[in-house]
Amino acid sequence: MLIDPSSELSFEKSRPGRTGCELPKDRFAAPAGRDGLPGSLRRKSAPALPELSEPEVVRHFVNLSRKNFSIDTHFYPLGSCSMKYNPKVNEWAAALESFSAVHPLQPEETAQGWLRIFYELEQSLKAITGMDRFTLEPAAGAQGELTGLMMVKAYHASRGEAGRRKVLVPDSSHGTNPATAALLGYEVVEIKSNVRGRVDLESLREKVDRQTACLMLTNPNTLGLFEDEILKITDAVHKAGALLYYDGANFNALLGIVRPGDMGFDVVHLNLHKTFSTPHGGGGPGSGPVGVKEKLAPFLPVPLVEKSGERYFLSLDRKQSIGRLKLFHGQAGMILRAYVYIRTLGRSGLKQVSEDAILNANYLKERLKKLFPVAVDEPCMHEFVLSAKTGEGKGVHALDIGKRLLDYGFHAPTVHFPLVVPEALMIEPTESESKETLDRFVEAFQKIKDEIDTNPEIVKTAPHLLPIERPDEVLAARKPILTFRDCDLFVLEKVGHT
Amino acid sequence: MEFPEELKYTPTHEWARREGNRVRVGITCYAQQEISDVVYVELPKPGREAVKGKGLTVVESVKAAFDIYAPVSGPVTAVNQALESEPALVNRDPYGDGWLLEIDLKDPSEWDSLLGASEYQSQCITTH
Amino acid sequence: MLRTLGARRFEDLLQAVPDAVRVRDLSIPETASELELCRELEEIGRANRNTKQILSFLGAGSYEHFIPAALPQLLARNEFYTAYTPYQPEASQGTLQAIFEYQSLISELTALPVANASHYDGGTSLAEAALAGLRHTERRKVLVARSVHPHYRGVLRTYLEAADSAVEEFGFEKDGRFQREEFKKLLTGEVGAVIFQTPNFLGVVEDLEDVAEKVHAVGALLIIVSNPLSLGVLRAPGEWGADLAVGEGQVLGLPMNFGGPYLGFFSATKELVRRIPGRLVGMTKDRQGRRAFVLTLQAREQHIRRERAASNICTNEGLCALAASIYLTLVGKKGISEIGELNLDRARYLREAISRLKGFKVDQSVPVFNEFVVNSEKPFSEIESRLLAQGILPGAGLSRFYPEMKSAFLVCATETKSKADLDRFVRGLSEC
Repeated sequence: MLIDPSSELSFEKSRPGRTGCELPKDRFAAPAGRDGLPGSLRRKSAPALPELSEPEVVRHFVNLSRKNFSIDTHFYPLGSCSMKYNPKVNEWAAALESFSAVHPLQPEETAQGWLRIFYELEQSLKAITGMDRFTLEPAAGAQGELTGLMMVKAYHASRGEAGRRKVLVPDSSHGTNPATAALLGYEVVEIKSNVRGRVDLESLREKVDRQTACLMLTNPNTLGLFEDEILKITDAVHKAGALLYYDGANFNALLGIVRPGDMGFDVVHLNLHKTFSTPHGGGGPGSGPVGVKEKLAPFLPVPLVEKSGERYFLSLDRKQSIGRLKLFHGQAGMILRAYVYIRTLGRSGLKQVSEDAILNANYLKERLKKLFPVAVDEPCMHEFVLSAKTGEGKGVHALDIGKRLLDYGFHAPTVHFPLVVPEALMIEPTESESKETLDRFVEAFQKIKDEIDTNPEIVKTAPHLLPIERPDEVLAARKPILTFRDCDLFVLEKVGHT
Repeated sequence: MEFPEELKYTPTHEWARREGNRVRVGITCYAQQEISDVVYVELPKPGREAVKGKGLTVVESVKAAFDIYAPVSGPVTAVNQALESEPALVNRDPYGDGWLLEIDLKDPSEWDSLLGASEYQSQCITTH
Repeated sequence: MLRTLGARRFEDLLQAVPDAVRVRDLSIPETASELELCRELEEIGRANRNTKQILSFLGAGSYEHFIPAALPQLLARNEFYTAYTPYQPEASQGTLQAIFEYQSLISELTALPVANASHYDGGTSLAEAALAGLRHTERRKVLVARSVHPHYRGVLRTYLEAADSAVEEFGFEKDGRFQREEFKKLLTGEVGAVIFQTPNFLGVVEDLEDVAEKVHAVGALLIIVSNPLSLGVLRAPGEWGADLAVGEGQVLGLPMNFGGPYLGFFSATKELVRRIPGRLVGMTKDRQGRRAFVLTLQAREQHIRRERAASNICTNEGLCALAASIYLTLVGKKGISEIGELNLDRARYLREAISRLKGFKVDQSVPVFNEFVVNSEKPFSEIESRLLAQGILPGAGLSRFYPEMKSAFLVCATETKSKADLDRFVRGLSEC
């Protein structure tokens, strides 16, 4: 068989005395000096790390890798995640020793190359978003949001308006938006969507007031629709003295098309691991730069990268800054990859990215809406949402359709999000996919649609062709087994040696 | 689905049973069905002040968390320790072994304002 | 494709975008070919001096360590590298099992029974631990040793201020060990969590005997920041009685990369499992009874609880955690203690040699792992520029972190340094 079905842990494969890495045997310190560490500071019992030879370790991890879907092996139409191709030249650059073997605290004159990359990426992001200043420090979108809202809080406090305790979010927003606002002690107020899937202006005008700190908005929203009344929205919020926060997780439709800064947003976060092609790595690392308008710039975290003449330097001493967010300057490796991506595409290439992403999404929507109704039938931006409610009669849910797609060799779309659409299937093809791939995807959808009518059971119990079938998540949550030492807490009938 | 006559109910699907000033609280059969498999019950520390209508604790399924609201006000005097190792009791026996906690009732008028079985039952039917 | 859409021009798809805000001209340079771009990047890279060209004794939170050749090769597997977060477990068993093993490895190293799937870096994992500790104890103040890495404390302050909680610090002795009296004085019933680092920022391996007892006596939790690579030889956080252990996993096979991406590890006692922020992978069975791995206890997380989540964390450092797993699996049980001994040895040799130099003072009485403080008669900036001219980075000046430590600097020697390297550095210092 092609894929090794074993799920034996490295700990279980371990045999005493083996190692995958030989280390130097020589010691330099004088024997008298060697015992400088009192016994009370020494470890009592050795950690039980696995003992395996190098070839065993290699086979272990290579076999594990083969049990994954990935963008380099499969189409990943995962809405809101922008699973696009990660160009290999990015990786080539990130692996250069002239970048990777540089210490973050080296004297600035020995790190001018790195500082230049930071500086240049900031200039590009400013141009792309229409903001005045960026911090590249946040490690991911969620930390970017936190950074952004901290600045909002600091801004209002600096104007003697710390009483602004409310953050408005649309009911279709990402879960991180309310979670971040709550972390900062804000009261979260939901704004209803109207029948066209957009922010309801009336409801917004009713709720925005002198207690409002900001409105957090994704545009295009999570239905893939552009908020066509955006200028009225930003105007209403600004009139109340509140700020506008742009969640740039969905930026892939806007490159060279429209800029948050021009729409009236005051704070923006971007995900370099989405729009700017840095790899997802099975859940990180990401990078979530935050851009602001001039009035919020004093509150940006430290450090910032500045340029004076031909010299780049870190600016640390900034009195109104919200402080430090990361151990060092940010996810440098991701920043370098994003820089390479933007240089590769250039001005017209970036615009082409968004145009192709929009075209792909609309093409797919037009073909799929014949199978499942689309949430709002209008031209979409880079993604759209179908409702699988029609399958309900047969007991088939959006989740089941997603799982069945795995059997056909496609990753599942985002399911059951946004919450405003029942049985949501959120689909984002990105610009990376060819028409042929999209057509094959439609065929798979068609087959599943037929199966729902003729043999719903095969959909409800899917997938059938992957290394495992559906895992028992209730068992996993009721009796958490989180390390190999917990394993003997319950007996497994089979360990995958089928 | 059961709606025991001797219990009182809240519109948010908690039930309450009174013995003297001691009020035992759980979630209804209807609620446990809606939640499906309960995987965890967050038990408050005894002594914590419950405030009628305010969130008191949380019941989790695999993919969701549900707030449980206090039916009456007063200090929490006991929690059901058995749920720590066996949260499934909430599904298996919602009105019996699956109880959540007990509150020392301070204001008896709060008790009177709770729903009766038939009132609660008709609410479940209309919302379903 | 446009024909399928019934659209005549691409612009028809953009009717919802107000014309007034359409971009007219994007001020970004035009495209570069791959060949030109590679040349450009090599050129920019030359403006850096990397540690393969200069002999570096810089540590202070980011460390140069040996990375076995098998590691980058395995890490580059496309199926790991370009996979999304494992939300579809059937299509992600590779990533999920690797994270489960990572959790197990971190739990072994820290001697605490639970570990999560990682955080952004050591600083943010500390901040998240402090927040978890405060939620658990329902208090609003943490106590932190001033000998904890200044940047860690910076991140801690940023997060706790935002959550309206207080941070109080206790100092350290001249030799770098924490001040027991001040610690005891500040440890009151208001404190929800106490934070120590060992080896601390000044390189000193702290003696934390009795500390857990005292902290628990006031109802607070003990958080220990540690260097995971030292835990083959140094007493582990769990062995000190810590409730939470966090720190920076960059030392486990990640290049220094000018500060990121790194790896924040996080482990805890069983009692705190529901307080742990971020992702957790658990083992279960599939429909056929086969072993399977899933993200579990998800009801704690932001996409479910929204404004009631334990944390707003979404992304972890999946690939960095994988690198650490591969690293620890390669070096194994034997290697992890050998590497610890090698670091102890190199640092001791260097410390002794510098202590014999005129114009420099080091305190040899305190135990260290791979880093120690050197006090110099000359200003550090002078020493740094002289040695840099010889291709040596002497370490990190301490005055920017502790203004009272005017000419002191922090020197680090890991297993990457040969005897000749160490001798060359000592010679260089002697000529300053």
